[in-house]
Amino acid sequence: MSDHRNLFNRVWDLHTVRTLPNGQTQLFVGLHLIHEVTSPQAFEILRDRGLKVSCPKQTVATVDHIIPTAGQARPFQDNLAEQMMSAIERNCDEFGVTLLNLDDNRQGIVHVVGPEQGLTQPGMTIVCGDSHTSTHGAFGSIAIGIGTSNVAQVLATQTMFLRRPKVRRVIINGDLAPGVYAKDVILYIIQQLGVEGGVGYAYEYAGSTFDAMSMEERMTVCNMSIEGGARCGYINPDEKTVEYLRGRPFVPDGEEFDRAAAWWLSMASADDAEFDDEVVFDASVIEPTVTWGITPAQSVGVSQQLPNVRDCAPGEQKLIEEAIQFMGLAEGSPIEGTKIDVAFIGSCTNSRISDIREAAHVVNGRSVADGVKAIVVPGSQLVREQAMDEGLHEVFETAGFEWREAGCSMCLAMNPDKLQGREVCASSSNRNFKGRQGSPTGRTLLMSPAMVAAAAINGRVTDIRQFEVAGV
Amino acid sequence: MSNTEIKTVTGTGIPLMFDDIDTDRIIPARFLRCVTFDGLGEHAFEDDRQQDPGHPFNQSQYQTASILVAGRNFGCGSSREHAPQSLMRWGIRAIVAESFAEIFFGNCGSLGIAAVCAGRDDLKILADAVERDPSIRLTVDLQTLTATAGDNSVSVEMPDSVRDALVTGEWDFLAQLLSAQDQITAHSATVPYLNGFSS
Ligand code: SF4
Repeated sequence: MSDHRNLFNRVWDLHTVRTLPNGQTQLFVGLHLIHEVTSPQAFEILRDRGLKVSCPKQTVATVDHIIPTAGQARPFQDNLAEQMMSAIERNCDEFGVTLLNLDDNRQGIVHVVGPEQGLTQPGMTIVCGDSHTSTHGAFGSIAIGIGTSNVAQVLATQTMFLRRPKVRRVIINGDLAPGVYAKDVILYIIQQLGVEGGVGYAYEYAGSTFDAMSMEERMTVCNMSIEGGARCGYINPDEKTVEYLRGRPFVPDGEEFDRAAAWWLSMASADDAEFDDEVVFDASVIEPTVTWGITPAQSVGVSQQLPNVRDCAPGEQKLIEEAIQFMGLAEGSPIEGTKIDVAFIGSCTNSRISDIREAAHVVNGRSVADGVKAIVVPGSQLVREQAMDEGLHEVFETAGFEWREAGCSMCLAMNPDKLQGREVCASSSNRNFKGRQGSPTGRTLLMSPAMVAAAAINGRVTDIRQFEVAGV
Repeated sequence: MSNTEIKTVTGTGIPLMFDDIDTDRIIPARFLRCVTFDGLGEHAFEDDRQQDPGHPFNQSQYQTASILVAGRNFGCGSSREHAPQSLMRWGIRAIVAESFAEIFFGNCGSLGIAAVCAGRDDLKILADAVERDPSIRLTVDLQTLTATAGDNSVSVEMPDSVRDALVTGEWDFLAQLLSAQDQITAHSATVPYLNGFSS
């Protein structure tokens, strides 16, 4: 039987329980990840209705958003954060859900922990009350962010309802130039397709550029699918996926692993799979990319200038003007050389061991510029331990960076890590929205971890390609 | 179990004709430090309001509004249901926008907020009408798929699945999903990774 389906449709069909009367699909959920911010109200709904967690084994919780990354002694100084911690502890205990808490070295940012533990596997449906759930698509799963009402539905039924999206293949072929990272690739895609371009679509990232990426780089790409409007993005599983998963705690071993690997690979899109849409880009034109505005699409190559408002499409001018004004930058001016106050290396986009190694490589033997506050926040306790085994924390600390505990930290600043006033932050995170990093007037420049490291050293946005890197 | 049928929403309007309004602006993250959604209403657009005294959510003539008229890609960003919750608790019952981010749109559906799309020119007609006369009554009619302000009526769009759910009051999705318990159990027995990957 010929089967022209792409991975998305294969996984979707496999998980379809039924079509609801309103035409949406009731979809079985393979893995439900939970964190402290979007779950308390969902557990409350269960309590109100006298319901249980339907599949506690398919449900795993961790804490990441509100925890401090320095001084984690309980009770937390922030009383509201402490209440949320107590709530998730009580909820997981009462409903029989595994909680990777602060005293468990498996704790970390939910989208770092899932893959690290081997919870995330190809061919699954994965949901979490968090929009960056798209990260898990790097393994060839359907991974989508959901709201709190949906979290309650999944807890109670292990299913959710959704309209089947269309699938767009985003093809990029070719080698990335030195100094160009996965982060630059996804920032470029969003710049080209816009923050709304992916609405109604799942993105399949395909082509030799993605084939050549490590699993961690693939996660960085899929992570930011949502910033381009696509609720999920994925990359077909291959041998790298299989090798990444081998030996991870939640992955089967022995013969069952072989069966698993064969099944995972069988879920990949057919060679002649059909797509609703296709776009093609060329890897060689992608530069190290930096955002200058207040949406992740407002970016330029580091050697380029901000737009001139009058050259932009009439419908865009208002937004661009607002962004330039908020950022305190000048239209038509180069982004390189923009002075920064804070450098943040962390978040579910770029806090894995490879990101920390890249940044350490740049920092090694240098010092953070005067007046710049620089912090490194590993994505999980295990990433942190690994980095410390490699001595990377010393590289950072010697240079003047703070070396923190695992958590979301300054990515969204629901915890003590926040910008102050009008500070400008070079950030390896994923959102440059107004106020995102905790100060209503704070300003965020998104870029790769290596570029953040270089900006920390020079105190200004710096082209990593012109930055001489000493060996670690 | 059924909820209230939502066929029309009528009330005064509030214009917010900007594009790419993200969820961090609707409800800044520090207000997510809560275990219930109570009290989120007063913090809707808190930071934007602080920085802009002229922000519509600051203006007295719009304080009783229940229909928000917005731009393109409204509600982009995070999955936080706190965003539509804060708007709802502020008093918003319907949103007419050029387009919505998907998770935000889904969250509106879960809460019974009528989120409909309209063309840019039509939105401008509605927003202008509200600005001219903040006391003008707007109606979003999900049966005729129109939005009306005084003499002006424009057509709006909403996917059938969501519209039917609101109009018939069948938007308690939890109850619907629960009703398929046997099918869910049967289905889980067919999922390879839950069954030792044996075929
Ligand atoms: S690191 Fe940032 S984007 Fe990722 S889960 Fe945490 S807050 Fe969300």
